[in-house]
Amino acid sequence: MSDQSTNSVAFVAEGTIPPSPPPARETGAVKWLRENLFSNIPNSILTIVSLYVIFLVLKNTMPWMLNGVWTTSSLAQCREVLNGETGACFSVLTERWNQLLYGFKYPVDEYWRPNLALLFMIVAAAPVLFFDLPRKLLIFTAIYPFLAYWLIWGGTIFVPLIALLGFVVAGMVFQTFSKGSFAIGFFGAVIAAFVVWLGGGALIPESASENAFLSSVPSRDLGGFMLNLMLGATCVSLSLPIGIVLALGRQSDMPLIKWVCVIFIEFVRGVPLITLLFVASVMLSYFFPPESTVDLFLRVVIMITMFASAYIAEVIRGGLAALPKGQYEAADSIGLAYPQAMRLIILPQALKISIPGIVNVAVGLFKDTTLVSVISMFDLVGMIRGPILASTEWNGVYWELLGFAALLFFIVCYGISQYSQWLERRLATDHR
Amino acid sequence: MSELMSERDIDRSKMQVGSDIAIEINAMNKWYGTFHVLRDINLTVNSGERIVICGPSGSGKSTLIRCINRLEEHQSGSIVVDGTELTNDLKNIDKIRSEVGMCFQHFNLFPHLTILENCTLAPIWVRKTPKKEAEETAMHYLEKVKIPDQAHKYPGQLSGGQQQRVAIARSLCMKPRIMLFDEPTSALDPEMIKEVLDTMIELAEEGMTMLCVTHEMGFARQVANRVIFMDEGQIVEQNEPEEFFNNPKSDRTKLFLSQILGH
Repeated sequence: MSDQSTNSVAFVAEGTIPPSPPPARETGAVKWLRENLFSNIPNSILTIVSLYVIFLVLKNTMPWMLNGVWTTSSLAQCREVLNGETGACFSVLTERWNQLLYGFKYPVDEYWRPNLALLFMIVAAAPVLFFDLPRKLLIFTAIYPFLAYWLIWGGTIFVPLIALLGFVVAGMVFQTFSKGSFAIGFFGAVIAAFVVWLGGGALIPESASENAFLSSVPSRDLGGFMLNLMLGATCVSLSLPIGIVLALGRQSDMPLIKWVCVIFIEFVRGVPLITLLFVASVMLSYFFPPESTVDLFLRVVIMITMFASAYIAEVIRGGLAALPKGQYEAADSIGLAYPQAMRLIILPQALKISIPGIVNVAVGLFKDTTLVSVISMFDLVGMIRGPILASTEWNGVYWELLGFAALLFFIVCYGISQYSQWLERRLATDHR
Repeated sequence: MSELMSERDIDRSKMQVGSDIAIEINAMNKWYGTFHVLRDINLTVNSGERIVICGPSGSGKSTLIRCINRLEEHQSGSIVVDGTELTNDLKNIDKIRSEVGMCFQHFNLFPHLTILENCTLAPIWVRKTPKKEAEETAMHYLEKVKIPDQAHKYPGQLSGGQQQRVAIARSLCMKPRIMLFDEPTSALDPEMIKEVLDTMIELAEEGMTMLCVTHEMGFARQVANRVIFMDEGQIVEQNEPEEFFNNPKSDRTKLFLSQILGH
């Protein structure tokens, strides 16, 4: 039998081979080191060189960091304390902490207001970012912009209330009339909102803000990292929906809509953000009625939002183009109307594909908010370059201040990046 | 061919051709740019008919059935589906699309939705069926195509044959009066072709009006009551399956049949 089987191609397994543990040198830390750091001679050399470089960096920075001074009130005192040794002068951070976070004009007694607004922002953003949370929380998200405006700027509560009322009335008008025709519903809603805003605005007395529960803080008093966060959050949340509309508009069959979108995107994308910001600070008032004074913060938000939404539109267009044509056809063939097909079939998939690109734009936008320092708004970088470095106490403390600014931005941006990776894993249903 | 055919006998009791007209295509022409893809198509389909359309690739057979639910636009002539003429009027198009089901070569399931959600989407959003009722209907049809246990999986987790059967169930959930099949088995392995064809045969047994672009000649012989042969954008020959396969009249049909049945 066995003699035969060596010469024959026939083979039958005699039984199941029981599983056994892998050899010792194929498991644990030894295996990891061998595979990842010392797999062959060039890689081993690279590992050793890299370790040496890391050592050099730490050797030169650690004394500076660990020897840092935190409690003095000027750079000169830092130098006295250090007495010639290397060491950072972190005192500038502790002494100017409030200025770095809130700017130098925001009333000190009112710091709780932006703090509360930030806390509420986390609550409001949660149901949008983590869609497993109860949907009812979205009501708070819808109210949040008006609440945050009231908290940060203060003044009479009627302003945000009437703004909110305008949106509610517009929503109701749209609900009622859009069943007949989308255009009537849409334009009716826009007109209704403006009627409420103008009528309501006229009803608020001029002096309403003077004795308000929360004292009024003008936009030019906002500053510090708070301003970056406000601009970043507002512009990201506005530019995403506008970007989606622009991307869909660019694909439209209607030439007028298509060309308006194309021209907008190409124009805004082809212009440096800094020029748009100068337009916002100097020239934008030409486009508004002569007696109206549009807030500088609002003008900057409009410009950054325009800029970011043009980029997001192009990112989403990439996502739309990546979808197989069959998805559009399947959506059509089961009888979905265009808005339904977009909302239920096309956009969920296109946005999922676009997540890395959108996050890229969002992170870039958030960092670009520091550009407002150029048009003399005192955001984090504006504060550092202006009031703090120009003061006699802290003239010359560059590394500590800019390092701190970098750290704050890094924390936020890294958080955004980690969230987006979680989101991509959470939405992965294709099981490739 | 024969190994793909269903072994069981087909129940023909409900497979009757009605007298009312389901689809009427009159002198229809279509161009892609200057290329004349469909040339003077005249076709009347009565309710309950099972029509198989075959022909070499590029002959316009897919384009023809895609014109019927307006995935492609025709430039002249008329298409009347269930008494509604296909024009640029969006209301007519949506009405026809909700009455005509379609299955694609590549299934085109929605990968971000579960099987059940794929099936309930159109009833809920187009027909405004309550969610619960839509889910019951969907489970009914998923049982019919023999995959109720996969209802909460995503399309990416299913085999090709299962996906195509889900696609059929998805169309059926809209309770269509007409089903269009655009090469439903061309992207499938032989084993899976059989399970999809069995589903289609069951559908035919219930008296569904079907237009099917396919190369499954066994299916055509068994189920179709009419076979249409197209070449270069025109209908070259149509006949009852027996007559069509045993006694083709046109030379082009003979050549085509000898090529696909010859091995």
